[in-house]
Amino acid sequence: MAIIERPVPATSVGPALPTVTPSSSLGVFRRPVAATGWRSWVFTVDHKRLGIMYGVAATFFFVVGGIEALLIRLQLAGPDGTVLSADVYNQMFTMHATSMVFLFAMPMAAAFGNYFLPLQVGARDVAFPRINAFGFWSFLFGAMFVNAGWFLGGAADGGWFMYAPNSGVAYSPSHGIDFWAIGLQITGIASLSGAINLIVTVLNMRTRGMSLMRMPVFTWMILVVQFLLLFAIPVITVALFLLTFQRVFGATFFSVEAGADPLLWQHLFWIFGHPEVYILVLPSFGIVSEVLPVFSKKPLFGYPFVVFSGAAIGFVGWGVWAHHMFASGIGPISVAVFSMSTMAIAVPTGIKIVNWTLTMWGGKLRFTTAMLFAMGLVVEFTIGGLSGVTHSVAPSDTQQTDTYYIVAHFHYVLFGGAVLGFFAGFYYWWPKVFGKCLGERLGKWNFWVMIVGLNLTFGPMHIVGLQGQPRRMYVHTESRAGEGFFNITFWNFAASVGAFIIAISVLLFLINIWHTHRTAPPAPLDPWDARTLEWMTTNPPKAHNFDSVPTVHALDEFFHRKYEDVGEGDEHDLRRVATAEELLAEQEANADHHIHLPSPSYWPVVLAFALPIVGFGVIYNHLIAVVGASIVVLAMFGWALEPSVALDTDYDPPAPDDGPGTELATVGGGRP
Amino acid sequence: MSDADAPHGATPPAEKTPEHGAPDEGNAPTPDDASAVAEKVDEIPMGGVPEPGPTGEAQRADDSNLLTELPDHAEHRDLHGGHATTTGLSNNKMGMWLFLGSECLLFGGLISTYMLYRGRQADGPGPDQIYDIPFTSVSSFVLLMSSLTMVLAVSSATRNDERNTKLWLTITALLGATFVGGQVYEFTAFYREGMGFTTSLFSSSFFTLTGFHGAHVTIGIIMLMALVGMISRQRVVGDKAEVVELVGLYWHFVDIVWIVIFTLVYLIPA
Repeated sequence: MAIIERPVPATSVGPALPTVTPSSSLGVFRRPVAATGWRSWVFTVDHKRLGIMYGVAATFFFVVGGIEALLIRLQLAGPDGTVLSADVYNQMFTMHATSMVFLFAMPMAAAFGNYFLPLQVGARDVAFPRINAFGFWSFLFGAMFVNAGWFLGGAADGGWFMYAPNSGVAYSPSHGIDFWAIGLQITGIASLSGAINLIVTVLNMRTRGMSLMRMPVFTWMILVVQFLLLFAIPVITVALFLLTFQRVFGATFFSVEAGADPLLWQHLFWIFGHPEVYILVLPSFGIVSEVLPVFSKKPLFGYPFVVFSGAAIGFVGWGVWAHHMFASGIGPISVAVFSMSTMAIAVPTGIKIVNWTLTMWGGKLRFTTAMLFAMGLVVEFTIGGLSGVTHSVAPSDTQQTDTYYIVAHFHYVLFGGAVLGFFAGFYYWWPKVFGKCLGERLGKWNFWVMIVGLNLTFGPMHIVGLQGQPRRMYVHTESRAGEGFFNITFWNFAASVGAFIIAISVLLFLINIWHTHRTAPPAPLDPWDARTLEWMTTNPPKAHNFDSVPTVHALDEFFHRKYEDVGEGDEHDLRRVATAEELLAEQEANADHHIHLPSPSYWPVVLAFALPIVGFGVIYNHLIAVVGASIVVLAMFGWALEPSVALDTDYDPPAPDDGPGTELATVGGGRP
Repeated sequence: MSDADAPHGATPPAEKTPEHGAPDEGNAPTPDDASAVAEKVDEIPMGGVPEPGPTGEAQRADDSNLLTELPDHAEHRDLHGGHATTTGLSNNKMGMWLFLGSECLLFGGLISTYMLYRGRQADGPGPDQIYDIPFTSVSSFVLLMSSLTMVLAVSSATRNDERNTKLWLTITALLGATFVGGQVYEFTAFYREGMGFTTSLFSSSFFTLTGFHGAHVTIGIIMLMALVGMISRQRVVGDKAEVVELVGLYWHFVDIVWIVIFTLVYLIPA
């Protein structure tokens, strides 16, 4: 329950407030100011609630994408599989990738970023809370729209990078690709608005003393990711617009028979698509950069190197896209240039690996589940990174292109990188978000089962890939499976078993959540002896995050408030000088009295809801699009005319005039 | 457009933090040189630094950023609902600049598509036969002049001159509408001469690029007219002059993009 001050009359402190009269939306609806119940979630603009909602939605699509993966592996488990038809198999792998990339990994990163970034920089919310809410809802409605194809004649079936001519109407007559293209436009709007929001938050809303080089590495990595999104999303937007125009309005942008250049789509897609892989993996790099120092009880080794190598990845990531196109005939000079830039980008990534390893070196390691997942990332991502370097050698890549070797590579970097990092984040931050520590016993089962499953699934793919099994092949036959160790039927079966082991570990995680929330006692305030600002508040944090905004004096501020270095010379001898409870009590004693949080609003969800209506209209009937567009315009005006903080008249019962004092009022539900 | 609803506590981060020149922000934040600390402590401005933390405070006073904070900044922090931000640039303005940066890539993609396909008209009319360069030059001039009137509107808004702000905003919108009208006329003329959207790769990419730009101008006109209405009825949320300026930023961006499009699409011979 938020303790925030009700808006006071304009006689209060400071310059006269702008003369704004309306509060109810468009003069009709009252603001949804409830602090409890479903309305408090649907209309919320609180970054923490939105973060949780992002997380729940992303987990849902993780399960959906996982089921799609299991069906794929069932089909390939034995020779001549009959689980899926060729057509459904095409839809399945397309939607598996789409779900995992756009509907799980990106929003899960948004979940962590939304929740922890303001806390880590000592802000009370993001810069644009209503845009934040809009971002979540347009992601969710866009994700639903992408999946609507399943129920309306078949999902997209052109592969996640949707090369021409497979994306054309001739080869994919169902509406699946239309839903895919328009749905991803809508989630793109979500990513773009989120990117602007978080960049402004990081640059503009840091607390006193929080210079850029004192920001936690997680915040840094999220910042880099948002810049990548800011410039990558418009490129895929152009590509998706052209594709939609081709399919819906009869243009020929990608039709070779009409004289078009098929490389146009490939370039547009991969100029987005390669930064995208860093968008997927950098948030997890940030998470493990938080987790490893905490459980090694050492500062991160070479903090500036980790930060700048992350930024370097962000820059160089724009110059490597054509390594996805070595087999497309882009010419020897392009191949050579992109081959070298691809080798170069391994350097900053390697720097990070070295820094993480040296962070653990000589540390007092505590093997909690979060730590295990973080260490798992370091190992598994390195394997994926090494096979990645083999792709940068163009002649080798020409052999590997479109085989399972590629599938093995990107699953090691995305599952071994992004997913393990997210799990490290779940175990590390669960007590912060929900006030309870996830069970360590089940957690360790979760980790080890996942590691076994991951290597059993994706390890054999190296072998079958080098044997020449093409990706997207929907059946394999025993007669051409090969002999002995290289028998692809055997290794495909092993990979399928591994996929189900991964499924079991995800199930263990879900059971752990359920079990924790039923039985676990409340977590201590600072269960891990953490280092960063987000732990300097209650579990879970109050609506306004900090009772008084902390002033930062150092990197790892929270740690340095708890410990004092009494060592002499080069010796470091840490002595505890304060507990988290004492620090929190002190903060509460100095609580600010004028905390204005933005009020909930209808308009973000209304505006986001109108977008898929426009989408349906573009596909089926342009009149529907006009209706959707009218709602968009209406919602924008409602939004623009709405003050950020609800007025007294929005509350029920109307608040008595408290005067311009400093008295705190409890908003919504029960009054104290 | 104006989302001035960032939460503002009593102590928003106010001071401009110099990112560079702050020594030793690296790994070992515990002070390693006691004399240096003592020197820096001398620089604390009178009454500038609130004592923030618990015990062990003095050891951490190696923070040069904190010490550069000026007293008047400290006061500004307490302003109610002020736009005190870390960089000094308001959130809305920074957000708009970032959005425009993103838009550059959007138009970059569309322009690249056009440049790739500009010679591929198959049997349909090509750029040389179809463009009416004097006509488009005039409408481009009208659009560029609208940037001037937009500047005048922003200038009036900063002087709190509401009447002239509304006047110049309206003129800007009219000039923009003239441009869009010219584009509608141009599109119609092209269509009559046998160049539809699907006629050729050239026509598709031309209409997509210029259509996107036209849509941006149209959205700008709606924003300008909405702003005039909101100023008239005193319903602008937040800093009025800044809202005008933000719309201005968008408007200038759309004009600048047109300079690029006009040069590349119309002026370079096929």
